[in-house]
Amino acid sequence: MKNKGLASFYSILIFFLALTGFAQMPIFKRYYIADIPGLGWLDRFYITHYMHYIGAIIFFAFSAYMIVSYIMEKKTRITISGYIRLAILEAIAVTGILLVLRNFPGYIFAPNFIIFLNFAHLGLVMVLLFVSLYCVSFKKKWVLEKY
Amino acid sequence: MNKNISRRAFLKGSIAAACTISASAVPCTAQKTGREKHLATLIDIRKCIGCGECVEACREANAEKYPVPKKPFPKMYPERSKPEDWSDKKEDRDQLTPYNWLFIQTLYLNINGEESSLTIPRRCMHCVNPPCVKLCPWGAAKQFENGISQIDDSLCFGGSKCKNVCPWKIPQRQSGVGLYLDVMPSLAGNGVMYKCDRCYTRLAKGENPACIDACPEEVQTIGPRDEIIKQAHALAKEINGYIYGEKENGGTNTIYVSPVPFEELNKAAAKGEPHLKTVHDTMSDANKLASAMIIAPFAGAAAAFGKYYKSAKNS
Ligand code: SF4
Ligand code: SF4
Ligand code: SF4
Repeated sequence: MKNKGLASFYSILIFFLALTGFAQMPIFKRYYIADIPGLGWLDRFYITHYMHYIGAIIFFAFSAYMIVSYIMEKKTRITISGYIRLAILEAIAVTGILLVLRNFPGYIFAPNFIIFLNFAHLGLVMVLLFVSLYCVSFKKKWVLEKY
Repeated sequence: MNKNISRRAFLKGSIAAACTISASAVPCTAQKTGREKHLATLIDIRKCIGCGECVEACREANAEKYPVPKKPFPKMYPERSKPEDWSDKKEDRDQLTPYNWLFIQTLYLNINGEESSLTIPRRCMHCVNPPCVKLCPWGAAKQFENGISQIDDSLCFGGSKCKNVCPWKIPQRQSGVGLYLDVMPSLAGNGVMYKCDRCYTRLAKGENPACIDACPEEVQTIGPRDEIIKQAHALAKEINGYIYGEKENGGTNTIYVSPVPFEELNKAAAKGEPHLKTVHDTMSDANKLASAMIIAPFAGAAAAFGKYYKSAKNS
């Protein structure tokens, strides 16, 4: 991402998704985080679930915006670290979409597949956070200008 | 006086007076989203005499699934999360516990000046779209194709989220058992959650759930959901009664039919006991957002096209 505004928007969005995602585990009350004024909602599972969906909607719109802009503008090329992050994000999105489907009534996936989806979704987010930390520390860019 | 006789007299005398059209007694419009394969039970509240045979049968049939906790429990950090221990209260039959998955709720009623009581077997409702299962972060709570929900004691961490999101607060926790002991016992998890699993192992063998077979009054009937709903409506029509569980939480696989409106029954429920209130479809709020998830990428793409053409035109 070249544009600073878009980059900070992306960071905030990922932070919000990770926060509401981690809130799906019953940890924020246990560790007093939900006691911090203004963060009480982190302990309310239906609210964090809803917020996670809202975050996902924004994420899908944002991703499509970025991808289409990239293709149309043809000014930049994606770096290797950019491709790695894209692949992780895509896998998170796919497991997330499958979990959204699971939440509809009806038997859609076998229980063991759901366990896999839960762990894959969470595990991939951890991987993304580490990779992002690495990229930020070593100033790895998503895209470079084309010569 | 024989409780049975007083109940029947009460029912005959007060049904007509007590019955008005119930909002929950509208005809079945259940959508067919996998529900056609679901097994449901019909509980005819009029028939229950509160003998507790079902409770005993449940305890006997499920005894081997009950927790055997290791003591002392791990010390918890931070101290806010306290271990929960029911192992010294195994004999408690008056509420849901990890050692008692079914209890008889006694409701004392006064309708049109007449004192009476009703007894209702209470346990997991086996929701059609169970939030305890869908919102379990590990997938430890499972739902099978026949609609039965079960908490896998080998995977559950005992975080109690299932209880928190259950509209009736059904699952109950025992500390000192389960996977958390092998991971980070002081820092994450707190035991295992337990609840009625509709005797799924008995059902797999072609047997009925223990509580159904043990009941001398044949209070419960089990069958495909569609049929059970039909039966419930026929019964409700016949006795001018009311239905609970068909619409609650988007529909459950436990359908109660009562001669008394459930609002009245709910008022009589003791504090801390599972209620009998109307429950909206808890999973539907977020599910309604799924269509926005489909539209979102198109909106994003359209915005990008718009921006590109605008800048192309300007240059
Ligand atoms: S009643 Fe509660 S525990 Fe039972 S299936 Fe519904 S949400 Fe789960
Ligand atoms: S179905 Fe089985 S587990 Fe559930 S209450 Fe009846 S006997 Fe107990
Ligand atoms: S065994 Fe039948 S009659 Fe006796 S308490 Fe249970 S449901 Fe009621």
